[in-house]
Amino acid sequence: MSLCTELVLDITYHQVKAPLFLVAQDLTLFCICVNVQSQPASLAAEDISTNSNGPKQDSLFDDDPEDLFAEATEEVSLDSPERDVLLSDGPSPAITPITPPTSVITPRIVSCVFIEEEEGGDSFDIHISVSDPEKVGEYMTSMSLFKRSEFAVKRRFSDFLGLHSKLASKYLHIGYIVPPAPEKSIVGMTKVKVGKEDQSSNEFVEKRRSALERYLMRTVKHPILLKDPDVLQFLESSELPRAVSTQALSSAGLLRMVNKAADAVNKMTIKMNESDAWFEEKQQHFENLDVQLRKLHTSVESLVCHRKELSVNTAQFAKSAAMLGNSEDHTALSRALSQLAEVEEKIDQLHQDQANADFYLFSELLGDYVRLLTAVKGVFDHRMKTWQKWQDSQMLLQKKREAEAKLQFTNKPDKLQQAKDEIKELEGKVQQGERDFEQISKTIRKEVSRFEKERVKDFKTIIIKYLESLVQTQQQLIKYWEAFLPEAKAIS
Amino acid sequence: MMAFSSLRSVSVDLNHDASLLIDIPDALCERDKVKFTVHTKTTLSSFQKPDFSVPRQHEDFIWLHDTLVETEDYAGLIIPPAPPKPDFDSPREKMHKLGEGEATMTKEEYTKMKQELEAEYLAVFKKTVQVHEIFLQRLSSHPVLSKDRNFQIFLEYDQDLSVRRKNAKEMFGGFFKNMVKSADEVLISGVKEVDDFFEQEKTFLLDYYSKIKDSTAKAEKMTRAHKNIADDYIHISATLNSLAADDMTANKNLNIILSLQKVEGRVASDQDLKLTELLRYYMRDIQAAKDLLYRRARALADYENSNKALDKARLKSKDIPQAEEHQRQCLQKFDKLSESGKKELTSFKGRRVVAFRKNFIEMAELEIKHAKNSVTLLQGCIELLKSN
Repeated sequence: MSLCTELVLDITYHQVKAPLFLVAQDLTLFCICVNVQSQPASLAAEDISTNSNGPKQDSLFDDDPEDLFAEATEEVSLDSPERDVLLSDGPSPAITPITPPTSVITPRIVSCVFIEEEEGGDSFDIHISVSDPEKVGEYMTSMSLFKRSEFAVKRRFSDFLGLHSKLASKYLHIGYIVPPAPEKSIVGMTKVKVGKEDQSSNEFVEKRRSALERYLMRTVKHPILLKDPDVLQFLESSELPRAVSTQALSSAGLLRMVNKAADAVNKMTIKMNESDAWFEEKQQHFENLDVQLRKLHTSVESLVCHRKELSVNTAQFAKSAAMLGNSEDHTALSRALSQLAEVEEKIDQLHQDQANADFYLFSELLGDYVRLLTAVKGVFDHRMKTWQKWQDSQMLLQKKREAEAKLQFTNKPDKLQQAKDEIKELEGKVQQGERDFEQISKTIRKEVSRFEKERVKDFKTIIIKYLESLVQTQQQLIKYWEAFLPEAKAIS
Repeated sequence: MMAFSSLRSVSVDLNHDASLLIDIPDALCERDKVKFTVHTKTTLSSFQKPDFSVPRQHEDFIWLHDTLVETEDYAGLIIPPAPPKPDFDSPREKMHKLGEGEATMTKEEYTKMKQELEAEYLAVFKKTVQVHEIFLQRLSSHPVLSKDRNFQIFLEYDQDLSVRRKNAKEMFGGFFKNMVKSADEVLISGVKEVDDFFEQEKTFLLDYYSKIKDSTAKAEKMTRAHKNIADDYIHISATLNSLAADDMTANKNLNIILSLQKVEGRVASDQDLKLTELLRYYMRDIQAAKDLLYRRARALADYENSNKALDKARLKSKDIPQAEEHQRQCLQKFDKLSESGKKELTSFKGRRVVAFRKNFIEMAELEIKHAKNSVTLLQGCIELLKSN
């Protein structure tokens, strides 16, 4: 019997009045509520990483002597102050390395987000609760990752960015698709900081909170990233050192932009001899996907805009119809017109709600994936760089060998020895380069497969939710018009 | 002709009298000009034939309307509002924009958008045919106007009417209408009313007109927003189609989005017909009623002036009989206008209430039908997605 644990994430937002002189810093704190629950195996059928009964999938946990997961296991079992086994109840989890893949359990994250008011500063609270699985037995559980079952932490927006920055620097270059963090918006944030309490700033906050939730969810869904100590620290520890280099206009930020530009130029000059058609195929596939998703995103944004317009127009018509009803001197018709005005007013609210659903479900999903594809493409680029590095070492080795051959005929034993040493070093480098290249290629294959599965699942889930929202709207419409119909018939 | 019946409900009780039946069975659209075929079936002896058709242009309808308005005898009647000029500007502009943007769309997207525009074009065409038809039917069902000589000429004269139209313009100078429009508001509100009924009607109509004009404009904006959403669905479904090769989910969504687009489009056009067209028609009808009030106010002013003239004549002891006759005539005219005006306005109210009722019921029923349709489509799709 296998179990999977479920991590439930709640992100709430704390709105606080902050003194203006602190505007320069990022005052927004987010509250993340994490809930780890257990689930019987039967419900885990869809979970790609924990399916012990399902078909052999090209997952990260294939039988492979170099199982990445095994490495992560060892990492977790290292003793550290935060890793003390301090579960509130249940058996003390034994971290026993077991034969992958069948019984590996990864927490599955489900998130729901809400906003709270609190004094002292804008903050987002992270409430984390970890509940015991019913049976641990000989299976490894990720329960051991957390020392408490329920806790809350406060995090600033810049903390999220800092987390991403750390993960990106650790994992991107070896082929892992690290989910990108939400973008900074200087204009939007300034409004909130100045304390503007209006519709647009509320919308901005909600948009940001929702984006952070999705970001965190995607990050912890990644089995490798979840076990990263930075992630765990982010979720758990009460105080986090301030992330300093994340401000948009800071020197570090500018440096990042410059590096990105430099990377782009370099990428264009690398001509790689692709031996593996799979990579070429996939790259092309992601290029196409990128184009289509961007187009779709634009169309959906247009839909949101038009639906908001419809809502406004409906509200205006409702008011106008009400005035017309007042002016009408035939009593029954006057009443019907007023009723019509009321119906249209309710419908206006419906359109507004639907526009929100259009946006938060559909549009934001597409936006997320457009950004995710950038990370995917980045990973392919890193592979190219890794290849280039390997090739460079090889070329350098070749040169050194030629130089050494020449030195053989001269009488410079010191130089010869030096050359031989350098060659040995380079040979090691070349071997390492080849290993790195093979490793990153393998990682990317696994990552891409995981990504694609996640994407299909994600889209399906969201589309179903979206369609259900449309159903709700239509059913409400039916109710309203059915209520109006007798009024219309009553005109005489 | 089944689709046309929906617009007929803006004005009911038409075309029931078998002695004079009029319809526009078809029309031709050449560039900007629309040629209507006006078909008459009659049992009246005043006509030369019992069944005949003539081609007419929009300008001919306007000529007929104007001659009726300028006929003194009909001053006490609500002259049915003239049909508006056929307006193909909106679909034509969109067609132009579509042509410009063709390069950015897939072939299917372009085809679908073109189909939508052609449907819009057709809808405008149908609307204009109906509005012209209703105008004629209002005339044919009116006890007095149906006997008008010019009306008969319009229906029967098998030559080009444009010669007559020019003559008419020369006769009446063509400035009468323009002069009237600007002065009527002031005159109607300025004249001291003697009759409670008309006092009430005046207040009501002036206020109601501005309100219904506003409502018409707002309803138009609503309809346009619905159409925009339907267009968005076309673009979305086209992109999903391109994604479909990669992704199974997209394929299923493609169908649902296309269906949603159809429903949304239908909601838009039904709303347009039942609500916007209704409001638009009655806005024009109320203008016609206001015109009646104006003519009556003019007659009252004339009568009051004739009284003053009579007093003056009596003072001067000169031309008294003429002044008396003039005054008597003015009074007679005014009384006649008031009497027929009262009848017309009362029946107008009844007509309006009936039309609103019919359209509101039909609109609510259609909205319910479309929403139920959508729910079925959506739930079917959700089932399909969940089961996979």
